[in-house]
Amino acid sequence: MTVMEQRGAYRPTPPPAWQPRTDPAPLLPDALPYRVLGTEAAAQVDPGLLRRLYAELVRGRRYNTQATALTKQGRLAVYPSSTGQEACEVAAALVLEDRDWLFPSYRDTLAAVARGLDPVQALTLLRGDWHTGYDPREHRIAPLCTPLATQLPHAVGLAHAARLKGDDVVALALVGDGGTSEGDFHEALNFAAVWQAPVVFLVQNNGFAISVPLAKQTAAPSLAHKAVGYGMPGRLVDGNDAAAVHQVLSEAIAHARAGGGPTLVEAVTYRIEAHTNADDATRYRGDAEVETWRGHDPIALLEHELTERGLLDDETIRTAREDAETMAADLRERMNQDPVLDPMDLFAHVYAQPTTQLLEQETQLRAELDAEDAAADGHAGHHGPEGAGR
Amino acid sequence: MTTVALKPATMAQALGRAMRDAMAADPSVHVMGEDVGTLGGVFRVTDGLAKEFGEDRCTDTPLAEAGILGTAVGMAMYGLRPVVEMQFDAFAYPAFEQLISHVARMRNRTRGAMPLPITIRVPYGGGIGGVEHHSDSSEAYYMATPGLHVVTPATVADAYGLLRASIASDDPVVFLEPKRLYWSKDSWNPDEPPAVEPIGRAVVRRSGRSATLITYGPSVPVCLEAAEAARAEGWDLEVVDLRSLVPFDDETVSASVRRTGRAVVVHESGSFGGPGGEIAARVTERCFHHLEAPVLRVAGFDIPYPPPMLERHHLPGVDRILDAVGRLQWEADS
Ligand SMILES: Cc1ncc(C[n+]2csc(CCOP(=O)(O)OP(=O)(O)O)c2C)c(N)n1
Repeated sequence: MTVMEQRGAYRPTPPPAWQPRTDPAPLLPDALPYRVLGTEAAAQVDPGLLRRLYAELVRGRRYNTQATALTKQGRLAVYPSSTGQEACEVAAALVLEDRDWLFPSYRDTLAAVARGLDPVQALTLLRGDWHTGYDPREHRIAPLCTPLATQLPHAVGLAHAARLKGDDVVALALVGDGGTSEGDFHEALNFAAVWQAPVVFLVQNNGFAISVPLAKQTAAPSLAHKAVGYGMPGRLVDGNDAAAVHQVLSEAIAHARAGGGPTLVEAVTYRIEAHTNADDATRYRGDAEVETWRGHDPIALLEHELTERGLLDDETIRTAREDAETMAADLRERMNQDPVLDPMDLFAHVYAQPTTQLLEQETQLRAELDAEDAAADGHAGHHGPEGAGR
Repeated sequence: MTTVALKPATMAQALGRAMRDAMAADPSVHVMGEDVGTLGGVFRVTDGLAKEFGEDRCTDTPLAEAGILGTAVGMAMYGLRPVVEMQFDAFAYPAFEQLISHVARMRNRTRGAMPLPITIRVPYGGGIGGVEHHSDSSEAYYMATPGLHVVTPATVADAYGLLRASIASDDPVVFLEPKRLYWSKDSWNPDEPPAVEPIGRAVVRRSGRSATLITYGPSVPVCLEAAEAARAEGWDLEVVDLRSLVPFDDETVSASVRRTGRAVVVHESGSFGGPGGEIAARVTERCFHHLEAPVLRVAGFDIPYPPPMLERHHLPGVDRILDAVGRLQWEADS
């Protein structure tokens, strides 16, 4: 006799007791982005930190304008500017210890530079002379990542591995608002929470994914709310308030370092420039909106705060600007030199040992280059490294 | 001198043993995937690893292939050697982006600074009566991706040796496990497991003079059977087991075809855009003047993998192989 046939014999009981694993309340973000500048909380911030943030923001803005100018001169294939978002970029770099790791996306060259990476090395991907111009292990900066959100599980895996090895290392991963719709975002957050990995996710919500506004990207109350479903805290912060971003990220990093697991931080900011130089932002947004955000500029916000409190004299401003100019001049000069490229590098790093198939292709290219040389010189010669010759 | 009795081991046990020995020898080796821990994997290949090495080294992950491979990338970036199990061939597809965009090219994009020593174990192929999405042969996708090694054993000894070599490799390896050979057995001395073969060498499994069957993985035993049956027809067939699709052993394959003058490539995956086309082209380029006939392919049909009750019509079997051999322009027929 089956259960179905046992009429009346089966007595339904209430379902077994079920409890949510975590009370969602402490995980929920604030209703409004957290602010420090212009509030009473600002008085608690170390003036030295505020001045440091200021100098880095000025430098960062100059870096963005210089890199954009290099695009116009054809020295960079493309540059996704982070103008308007410098507070997030700079804070992301400054909250990390040397041993920690940064996982940037293609827009985050500035974060890499603020962490100490040589600006020219940071730009190789965008210039086109190689994909990654630096040793990730040396700087603890993962390669700038182009496929959206795919760097996030790497950050989780690295943080997890560090913890397994007993190392006191935290990973900070950067992603855009559009990137939060990708499956890898979901999988990374889920792994991080299940493994309690020491990782912090910073979403720079700059309003748009190329042309698509946030409202078409998600129906969530905020991106920070997404944290709750994974069982990690979500924090919402004003992404143009450098002191607030620095504070929220520092707390999240300290929490992760202490074994408290991951945090999702959403920084609300705005992309002032177009997506890249190849994009026409007038097709999807109006000047008025951009102007409103210009009125909430990260540098102006900090400058105002510092001035109000008498922490900023002309000398400090001048020094910051001069430093930024020196950096920009150096970048300009070095980027105006043609990079030295060796075409044989094409085969050098595909496998630890090249396959016989690659060796054959290498021989072919070598012969082609020798023939080019011979044609150019009128006699066969060795083909050495050459300039890109833009 | 003590002689240790040879004991029968299945391919699944040999694979598990390879992971065990690799984990014992190198603390950076970590096994991860769906159900690999307590259960020992749905094919029991990882049986006992979690018990012996703890759940930190043999980890049941959340159910998410991109996440499994993506986190393995980060772990490898930090110096670990992850051995990742994808539960079935068709369930590795969610991880393709991580595989192609990151695993395969991290060494290249960082100019050699950041190699990723990840082994990705994928049970593949049909013949076990699996329902849809449990029998795909996806090797052509992997072969088409520069930066990956693609390895597939056909014997118990090779399963052990090649998996050890794959885990030791500083490059990512897609390790394709022919699931219908998981229960095939061979006798070996468990105290002295077979020597570790380097990746990238094909082996002549059976020598012959009439024609070469070029094959790998699940089709190797089928080709050996076909070679036996061919004797009745007066054909003495050589069988080359590739063992590694990338790197490809042109030398062994070409040497065999130059000896025999005729070749048939045999595999389960479809022929259009499949591995056989690449192999036939390479053989033709190298052995044209030795060839008595065009290189033929005996492959699965170019269809989505069929339902289990029809798969025997799809899989290349002895008769289909012998038919192809018969079409190799034998002098008597011409
Ligand atoms: C997987 C993937 N799909 C599509 C793209 C093309 N793409 C590049 S940037 C971008 C928008 C990303 O927006 P968001 O994540 O908000 O970052 P933002 O550019 O605003 O910093 C798109 C669609 C990509 N890089 N990767």
